[in-house]
Amino acid sequence: MENVTTAEHVSQAAHDGHAHDEHELSFLRAYVFSVDHKVIGIQYAITAMFFLLFGFSLMMVMRWQLAYPGAPIPFIGNFLGQANAPGGIMLPEFYNQLGAMHGTIMVFMGVVPLAVGGFGNYVLPLQIGAPDMAFPRLNMASYWAFFLGGVVMFASFFVPGGAANSGWTSYAPLSVIALEGQTWWLVGMIFLITSSLLGSINFIVTTFQLRAPGLSFTRLPFFVWAQLVTSFLLLLAFPPLEVAGILQLMDRVAETSFFMPSGLVTTEGPLDISGGGSPLLWQHLFWFLAHPEVYVLILPAMGIVAEILANNTRKPLWGYRVLVASVIFLGFMSFIVWAHHMFLTGMGTTMSAFFQTTTMIISVPSVVILSAFFITLYGGSIRYNVPMLFALAFLPMFGIGGLTGLPLGLSAPDLHLHDTYYVIGHFHYVVAPGTIFALFAGLYYWYPKATGRVMNEALGKIHFWGSLISINVVFMPMFITGLVGVNRRLYDGGMQYAHAQEVMEWNAVMSYGAWALGFFQIFFIINFFWSIRNGKKVDDNPWRATTLEWQAPSPPPHGNFTAPPEAHRGPYEYSVPGAPNDYSMQGQATRA
Amino acid sequence: MSGSAEETKKHIDIYMKVAGALAVLTVVTVLASYIDVAVPLAIIIALIIATAKGSLVVSYFMHLVDEKSRTLAIALALTVFFWLVLMLVPIMTTSDTYGVHKPLPNANAAHAEDEAH
Amino acid sequence: MDIPYTVAERPDTGLNNVKLGIWLFLASEVMLFGGLFSTYVILRVGGVDWPLGAEYLNIPIGAFNTAVLIGSSVTMVMCFASLKLGDFAKYKTYMGVTILLALTFLVVKFFEYYEKVTHDHLPSHSTFLAIYWTMTGLHGLHIVGGVIVNGYFWGPGSKLWHEKREMFENRIEAAGLYWHFVDLVWIFLFPVLYLL
Ligand code: HEM
Ligand SMILES: [Cu+2]
Repeated sequence: MENVTTAEHVSQAAHDGHAHDEHELSFLRAYVFSVDHKVIGIQYAITAMFFLLFGFSLMMVMRWQLAYPGAPIPFIGNFLGQANAPGGIMLPEFYNQLGAMHGTIMVFMGVVPLAVGGFGNYVLPLQIGAPDMAFPRLNMASYWAFFLGGVVMFASFFVPGGAANSGWTSYAPLSVIALEGQTWWLVGMIFLITSSLLGSINFIVTTFQLRAPGLSFTRLPFFVWAQLVTSFLLLLAFPPLEVAGILQLMDRVAETSFFMPSGLVTTEGPLDISGGGSPLLWQHLFWFLAHPEVYVLILPAMGIVAEILANNTRKPLWGYRVLVASVIFLGFMSFIVWAHHMFLTGMGTTMSAFFQTTTMIISVPSVVILSAFFITLYGGSIRYNVPMLFALAFLPMFGIGGLTGLPLGLSAPDLHLHDTYYVIGHFHYVVAPGTIFALFAGLYYWYPKATGRVMNEALGKIHFWGSLISINVVFMPMFITGLVGVNRRLYDGGMQYAHAQEVMEWNAVMSYGAWALGFFQIFFIINFFWSIRNGKKVDDNPWRATTLEWQAPSPPPHGNFTAPPEAHRGPYEYSVPGAPNDYSMQGQATRA
Repeated sequence: MSGSAEETKKHIDIYMKVAGALAVLTVVTVLASYIDVAVPLAIIIALIIATAKGSLVVSYFMHLVDEKSRTLAIALALTVFFWLVLMLVPIMTTSDTYGVHKPLPNANAAHAEDEAH
Repeated sequence: MDIPYTVAERPDTGLNNVKLGIWLFLASEVMLFGGLFSTYVILRVGGVDWPLGAEYLNIPIGAFNTAVLIGSSVTMVMCFASLKLGDFAKYKTYMGVTILLALTFLVVKFFEYYEKVTHDHLPSHSTFLAIYWTMTGLHGLHIVGGVIVNGYFWGPGSKLWHEKREMFENRIEAAGLYWHFVDLVWIFLFPVLYLL
């Protein structure tokens, strides 16, 4: 067995694997309960995009209340229900529900399922030359676990007292004594976590085991590396949050006191509990996941940007090995920085110093990655198509988000900035004009692979420029109001605070930005659906790209490739001197 | 773990020895718990025995001693490291307060009044 | 194209898909129980007074259950060895015994729980009982899961042996890895909850 070549091995292994049913699948098996990674990827992507739109709509409604506190919400106010918005005026409790659900939906039901579930599922097996994911049925199970979690979260808006309102962080003890919606939130989270765990196992096994012959780890596209590290983060960081969710469920349902200290008193008098628990325990278990989670949000985005930058500068990605080393190091470090979210909890100075140090260290690989991306641009003959525009915008936007994070990682400035709009501005620069823009870039970029057609260029450019300008109008002023000291999660935007008065006019500006942003998404939605039938038809490799997915037909058939692919060179051989073309595909034996 | 019948028989031999060791260690840990020692020492003894038993299970029943895959080794080493982080770091964030008596502010005030009288 | 390495080992990783998959799953389980043990440590160190396990729990019963689970781990590993020796009948017997031992564990645990309930020693009583119920409960759910999987491979699933021998061996190996892990967790739970 020792010296069989890999290619022989594949055919031999394929021999004892399942023979695929070649007969026609029923509609249900082909499109609903499909085990094909491409269908599942599209299911993930569509569901996640729906949730992103929904989560964003919640924020567009909230922005009315922030811009004009106490004024009835025009038109939409009539549909929010008397219990939530009597006379169209949003109640604080309802504002809290929308805020908590906005965060939860965006992070756990929008970005992660799109970046990992959608792009990971669709693109990763193609890029490594695999016929499917390693465990197709498990893959289907993780989509449906995600879907159920989404349904539970969605349904929680309609239970008595409404959805969870303790923030996406669900800090105890308030979350424990909150209304029923919180229980639904916890159950929903357990489904979502299970989905991610199953998915991450599948991604890791697929990447290790299903790489095409010749595709060694040093030839993997950066996108695959990013997804691999992301999967490890999900695999090892999510279980503690699952535990935390179960413990909070116990606190709420079985009246335990895991997160409940002794001597708690509410407006209804002392609580009848055993006490002896620790609210900080929740924060540890929560942030043990939630810090790695921010890298789950950003790494796949970096992977997408890397592919598009190399393709559209027609240059190899600068410093491939450094990039890979950085992304691994980043993943590793992300497990030991979490308590930088807890500087204000009275944590000891020793550990505070430890977490400040690790946080400063982790910023280094991020800067390395961003620098490598910028250097890639240098001397390239850049093609400014829509995916490239979004990828280019990612760079400075993520840069702003990253650099504004540094002061938050040091406990002295964090004393002032913690829990202000500065924090909201910081991480939204990372996830909104950062990650979301990268995801748009990926959607425009791989759309022709999934449909055989490209999306409309003109509509795409309107979408891009409109979004870029308005999203900065939303988030840039947050740094100003935050530095002045305006707290986040205030349902009146800070109106009642004297120190906030001088910056209150920014609230309306930001709201107009958010609504404009919503308006420009219409161009995307129309473009997305219109192009499925009417987009310009293109060949299998419209961007003249190098990686293996472009060797498969568009859309790829069941089993993906017409002939078993093999990798002959690195992933980014653009403009190789002496080669006949300015790109040499990974899967072609001779440079064509 | 693909081996001949010969090898498998050898393995079965080992399984039986491991089973014996696990049984003995279980008895030892129960007996040790009846000895009256200080709590920290009792914890250390119990954890050492449990770790010994656990290593036997992982090494032989789960065949980790025969496993030569580097991929697996890296994945498990990472898991063990992050597991240690999860076990140790949260509790260390409270370490600065060990042995420090911090009375509540108003309790202090009452105390001060007492002293004044 | 079919999915490669579902049965055969991939030369450069030295693993087949199922084996890597189950180990990764166990890695996530390590972190899951790690979270619980970490919770235990924090609550215990922060607690004003922490009872000795023996004040609430019965050590001999716990020790008995420990022995039962270890026994089932031994029979489980014998399942795999029997398959390696090509002795399907023996496999069936060992798997049957493994399942029976697991059920014994669950029955004993049920009576322990029942006794707690009658004494009003519910999770809401104290943080010690809270963590006791949660940890043993989650562990118990893992046992139930194991019984279902093993039951399947004892009954309908065992047909695979006659069709694809190697694939069946791999699955039993994976089921075994899971089962030993569940045993391993109990090896730590028992002293931590009962003896300390
Ligand atoms: C692009 C459109 C978006 C807009 C206009 C927007 C706006 C906002 C605003 C104004 C808040 C503060 C609410 C308050 O403190 O009362 C907020 C909170 C939050 N947003 Fe967004 N957001 C957007 C996208 C996203 C995305 C893409 C994510 C995540 C991937 C996200 C995650 C969160 C989270 C987690 C919070 C909660 C922060 C907290 O708990 O205080 N948002 N958002
Ligand atoms: Cu963080």
